[in-house]
Formats: sequence, C-alpha cells, structure tokens
Amino acid sequence: MKPFSATPDTQPWAPLEQRPACCVPKPFIEVEQLSLHYGQKPAFHGVTLAINQGCITAIVGPSGCGKTSFLTSLNRLTDLIAGCRVEGRIHLDGLDVLAPQTDVIHLRRRVGMIFQKPNPFPLSIRKNLEFPLREHGLRDRERLAGAIETGLRDVGLWDEVKDRLDSPALALSGGQQQRLCMARALVLAPEVLLMDEPCSALDPLSSGIVEDLIVSLRSRYTVLIVTHNLAQARRIADYAALFWTQNGTGRLIEAGTAKHIFGTPHEPLTVAYVSGMRG
Amino acid sequence: MTSSDNNILSRWPTDRLLLWLLRGTAAIAGSIVLLIVLFLVLDALPALQHIGIARFFTDPSWHPAEHFYNLTPMLWGTLFATIGAVLVATPLGILSAVFCQYYAPPALGRLYRKLIELLAGIPSVVYGFWGLVVLVPLIGAIHPPGPSLLAGIVILTIMILPTIALMADASLASIPPQYLRGAAALGLPRWATIRGVVFPAAKSGLFTGVILGTGRAIGETMAILMVCGNVVQAPQGLFDPVRTLTANIALEMAYALGNHRAALFVSGLFLMGMIAALVGAADRISREKIYA
Amino acid sequence: MLNTLEPHPGGWERLATTFVWSAAALVTATFCWLLGDIIWHGLSHISWAFLTTPPRNAGREGGIGPILVSTLLILGVCLGVAVPLGVGTAVLLAEFTTDTSLFGRLTRRSLDVLSGVPSIVFGLFGNAFFCKTLGLGFSILSGGLTLACMVLPILIRSTEEGFRTVPTGYRLSAAALGLSRTTTLLYLLLPAAVPGLLVGLVLGVGRAIAETAALIFTSGYVDRMPQSLLDSGRALSVHIFDLSMNVSGGDSHAYASALVLIFALLAINGATSWLTKHWLSRRIVTV
Repeated sequence: MKPFSATPDTQPWAPLEQRPACCVPKPFIEVEQLSLHYGQKPAFHGVTLAINQGCITAIVGPSGCGKTSFLTSLNRLTDLIAGCRVEGRIHLDGLDVLAPQTDVIHLRRRVGMIFQKPNPFPLSIRKNLEFPLREHGLRDRERLAGAIETGLRDVGLWDEVKDRLDSPALALSGGQQQRLCMARALVLAPEVLLMDEPCSALDPLSSGIVEDLIVSLRSRYTVLIVTHNLAQARRIADYAALFWTQNGTGRLIEAGTAKHIFGTPHEPLTVAYVSGMRG
Repeated sequence: MTSSDNNILSRWPTDRLLLWLLRGTAAIAGSIVLLIVLFLVLDALPALQHIGIARFFTDPSWHPAEHFYNLTPMLWGTLFATIGAVLVATPLGILSAVFCQYYAPPALGRLYRKLIELLAGIPSVVYGFWGLVVLVPLIGAIHPPGPSLLAGIVILTIMILPTIALMADASLASIPPQYLRGAAALGLPRWATIRGVVFPAAKSGLFTGVILGTGRAIGETMAILMVCGNVVQAPQGLFDPVRTLTANIALEMAYALGNHRAALFVSGLFLMGMIAALVGAADRISREKIYA
Repeated sequence: MLNTLEPHPGGWERLATTFVWSAAALVTATFCWLLGDIIWHGLSHISWAFLTTPPRNAGREGGIGPILVSTLLILGVCLGVAVPLGVGTAVLLAEFTTDTSLFGRLTRRSLDVLSGVPSIVFGLFGNAFFCKTLGLGFSILSGGLTLACMVLPILIRSTEEGFRTVPTGYRLSAAALGLSRTTTLLYLLLPAAVPGLLVGLVLGVGRAIAETAALIFTSGYVDRMPQSLLDSGRALSVHIFDLSMNVSGGDSHAYASALVLIFALLAINGATSWLTKHWLSRRIVTV
C-alpha cells in the first residue's frame, strides 16, 4: 500500500462529499512496514500509512485485525505488554518513536490516548486533571485551576461538574467519564489523540455528545480513531484506513480520503466491507 | 446458592436429617467463640469481684505475691512493641509488595513472593529462638543487657511483615489494569503512578493488611517472651527489657492460683477486647469499597 | 491549554527506585541471615537417629522421636475433630443458608472473630475448658482439641470456597432430576469441593504445628513417648521453646529441631502450591 496524501476538500462541513478545510495535508505520523507480535502470535504485519496533521483518520475493520494493537504501538504503550515485539519504523514529526533512546514520557505527552472503556482514576474530578498536570511540571495553583477549567469547558463538562469538582470521578455517568478522560488527555496539550472506539461503551445519547466533541477537535489536533461503527466513520472521518485479517495476521488493505474509501474504493474487500456485505 | 426454605423441606427424609446434622456442626463451630468468652469471663470473675477493675490500673505495681495487680507496665510493653513493629513493618511490607508488582522482573518478583510466603509460615518459636541466640547477644554487645524492647520490635517486625506484604500484594494485584494503562498513556512515570493512582485505589486493602498485622503483633506470645527480658517495668528506652501482656500470661499461668490466676484471665479478656476492636475496624474498612 | 510545562522531574523516580530495591534487599538479607543461621547450625545434627531416638539429658542429647510422635498425635486429634465439624459447617454455610439468614451471618461473624483470637488466649481457654472442666488434664487430647478450635476458621473458609467453585448449573440439574439433596451433596458437590478442603487442611496443619503458646498449657511438657491420648505429650514447637529457654546448652538441638520444623513446613507449603495449581483449576468434568 502506498502512503496517501491527497488534496483535501474545501467546502464547509456536510455529509461525506464535502469536508471542511482540513489542514495542510502534511503527514505528521509516518508508519513504515510496521509489524507487531505478541510472543509468537502476529497481530498485524507490514503496515505502511501516513497520518495527516490536524485531520481525523478513521481506522476501520472487523474485530481482531490488529487495529487496537496498531494504535497502542504509536505511543509505545506496547512497552507495557510482556513479550510484545514491534518492528518497523514510526516517525512522529521527525521523531523516531521506536528508537530505544526516545523519551517515552515525553512522547506520551505529545500523544494522548482515549480508551474504549472510560477509565478515570479513582480520585476526585479535580485530582484526575490536576495530577497529570502536576507530574508534568505545572505546580502553580492558579494556573492549574485555570487549566482544569479550560479543559472541562472544552469537553463541555464544566457546567455539569463545576460545583462538585471534589466529588469522586467514578460517580459520573459513562458519557461524562469518557469526556473527563478526554479532558484529562487534552489538558496536557498533546498534538495527537489516539482514540480506541471511544463511543462503543456508551449509550447513544452520550455517544453523540462525544462524537460532536471529536469533530470539534479537528485542525487543532491530529486524531486517529479506531471504530467499528461505519456510520460514525462516514460522519466524522477525513481519512480512512481499512484493516483486515489475511493469512492469520492483520494487514492494511486500503487507505485514503474518506470520500475515496467510502465512495469509490479500489480493493474488493473494501467494497464489500463498506457496503455492509462483509465484516 | 440455590437454597430457599421450600427447597430444603423436600420430600426426602434423609435431607431433613442431613440439614439438622449440618446445623448441629455449624452450631458447635459457631459457639466456640462464645465458649471462649464465657470461660474467660468465668475464670476472670473472682478477680473482677475481689480486686475490682480500677486496681488493674492503679495498684503500685504487678506483684501478685503481695496482691498488687497493676497491668499498666505490661500494657505499655504491648503498646510500644506493637507500635514500633507496625511503624517499621508497614513501609517495608508495602514497599515489598510494590517491588513484587512493579519493580522486579517477573521471575524475581515471583521468587520474592515465594520467600515472603515461606516466611509467613515460620513458627513464632523459631523466630524467638533465633532472636534469642543471635539478636539478643548482638544488641547486648552494643548496649547491655541484650533482651530488650528493641529486640522485641525487630522480631515482631520480621513476623508481621509477611502479613502486611502479602495482603498489600493481593491488593495491588487486584487493581484494574485500565488505571495503569491510563496512567501510562498520560506519560506518568512509575513512582508517580504508584503514588497517585495505585495507592488510592488499593487503600482499603493496604489498610486491612496493616490492621491484621497489628492484630498479630498484639497477640504474639512466644517470640516476645523469648527476647524481651520479661522485666515488669514500663520501658524508658529502646534498650530496656519489657514484658507484654501475652508474655505475662505465658510466664505466670503455670503457677498462678486463686486471684492471681483470675487476674491473668482478666488480662486475657483485655487482649480479646483489643483484637475484637481491631477485627471490627478491619471489617468496616474493607467493606467501604470506595467507588468500586 | 498550557504549552510551557517543564520536562518531568526525574529525581523522585530515582529515589523511589532506590528505596524500593533497598527495602526488598533488606528484607531478603534479613531472612537469608535467619534461615542461613538455622540451616548452618542445625543441619549437622539431623540424622535418622535424631529423628527416632528419645531425648536424653533434658534434650541436650539424643533425639526427638517421642516428640515427633506426640506432634503427630496432636495433629491427628486436631484434624479428626476439625475436619468433620469444619466440613459440616462449610456445607451448611455454602449450600443451605442464604446470604441474609441470621444463623448464617451469626456463624460467619463468630468464625471471623475466632480467627483473630491470639494463641495465648486459646491456651487459657484450653486449659480452663478441656483440662479442667472436662477433666482431661494435660494431655494430647486437650492439645488436639484446642488446636481444632484454632484451625476451624481456616478450614471452613477454604472448604466454602471449594463449594463456591462448583457451577450452580449442577445443583439445578440435580434437582430437576429429582435427586435428594443428600445425594447431590455426597456424589456431586463434595467431590468437587475436595480440593478446597485439602487446601484448607494443609493450611490448618501448617498453623497447627507452628503453635506453641496454646499447647504449653494444654498438652504439657512431658517428653516421653505417649502411651495414650490422655498422656501429656510435648510437641515439636514446645520442645524448641524448652531447649532454648530452660535448658542451657540445648541450643544445638534446638537448632536441629527448628530445622526439622521448617522442613516440615516447606513440604506443607509446597503441597499447598501444588494442590492449588493442579487441583483447584480442574473443572468437575474431569472426575
């Protein structure tokens, strides 16, 4: 598969055919021949992909094709898994992600991650946001309070929780927890946001709110979102990539603009998938 | 379990027989604790009647031959030895658990855990023996005499550390992995994650471990008896010999008669009271599953 | 958002790592010192003769033969009483009581308290109840019965766990087939719960042979070969105590006895691990 850099659409936002000015199509993350093994089991193999800055890229495909594994290799969360081997090259804005001497802590500040199941810390709402900020060096109390308020406003939670910032975060509803997790990732001012099916554990109403939130992040952040939900991908993605299991391992079948993948794909597998006939 | 009263009174006569048999065994098992309290109270009664509870704190000293029954030197002994041991064993035990879970390579962590499990099972008399023949002479060389509060604290620490460490380890192991993944994804370094996320999440389990360790320290008899010197005095310093409540009972039970024996049973009741309070506290804390 | 965060401070992390490794090293070193000392001084005295001949000269010479016999007898009495009582109680709690029944809750609570009672209090109780009130005097029987009380909570808890691992489906299908609960229990549930019972047994035995304070006042000090259960007998732990505190020059044999005790406990520990790994993970279908 060739890395894809197409010219973006320039119309104001509307379903599929028209997209807002999505950035300069400059590749921000370049992945070359990436493969991942859990012990002897291959998760995916030979993935080559370019992620453009400021755009929303959807990674789609049926379960078990290595989509989540691909995502976790981008911020080296795979380091946490025993026996996990990643081969290939990942360059983030020139930085070699997989090099052993790369400062992983710094990398993970630049690359935020939202998980499928909301996982706020068992602390108060305030502490959930304050703690990572403190650890990354922000100690001044006023600036902290300001950062927390801005973060919560950005995800639309401020009005809902401003009176109970010291109450436990786990007492929030699922949708609120997921938004809190997004705020927690956003306050660190990352450049990239990795999202692993962020809406799949939520009810439809919360799901809609989170989806709107993701769309609002466009052009400020580079967003990579793994999703099962083709309709969602059609709604929000600028670019898309299809993963599929072939020969017992996950592979990248096709990647391109969303208009291309969902409208006029090349590969027969992609055609079958997006029309709902397979997967 | 599938049990309702309708189910129990089924048509089979053997079932009814079985049920009553089982109820019998459970009744026996359940009443043992009551029996213990009963006998303690029965045998302590003469002391409570003839001596009166106030004198256990106000008599000039503990000297049963002259009818003095002040337990406070022994209470101080128990208190200092326990608190000293808990203060040292808690950080060591919790750090041990942290080591097993987060710092050691998996094989080393497993080995270390096995070591701690082995040490949890070593009898107190063996600890006491080692303390007597190795530790006490060592302390005696630094500051005579050897048998002392310090020896007691060291031995107790070694004894309760496995309790605290294993309980902490189980607690840490049961933390939902998504907390750790979330913390890693935020670029939080290891100790920050442990301090800010792991400890709050494992709070109740860690606390329960400490409480159980404290209970064990309070109730320990043999090892303390062997290394503490057993002089009846409130300790003024780490190197003073002390006698704890438990050692007191063990030493004098053999030849105590009448009021003296009853007084020892009273101190047994004190012990039960302290342990019951601790068990109650541990129970209430472990039930407070915070935002489970 | 804030784009001017300083890079994370590395100082605390390194300090924490040092402390954690130091704690682990300190603990390991202390225990190695302890175990090493005992092995060093005790190994040379252990022999078949040591294990079988009676003690002479107050234990300074000879062996621990009768003492091992007494210990085994005390254990036998303990388990002989604790297992039926324990299994019965566990069965009742697991199968015949609901979570809200008063009887169940009271029993559980009293067992919880029982597991926290210090061993010296068991000694007092055993002395008052078994030795004096029941008239058994200082005997193996008193000692065994007292230990049974101590071991009961562990046994019950573990057996109950064993019952909980049996899937509810088995009970339902047995009832649907019209089997009596007795039959279900004896032929279906008990076999499945046996691993849990065995683990509890092994844990209980471990606790029992480590016991000293309770035995001093119930089974006594006599180091001769016991002729009956009503004879006083000295358990291994009591022997170690006596040799170290009351017998000058008894240290070398105390070391050896301590080593024998530790070996026994190692074997028990190993048995528990092996059982837990191989039996508890088996599903009932392989029976």
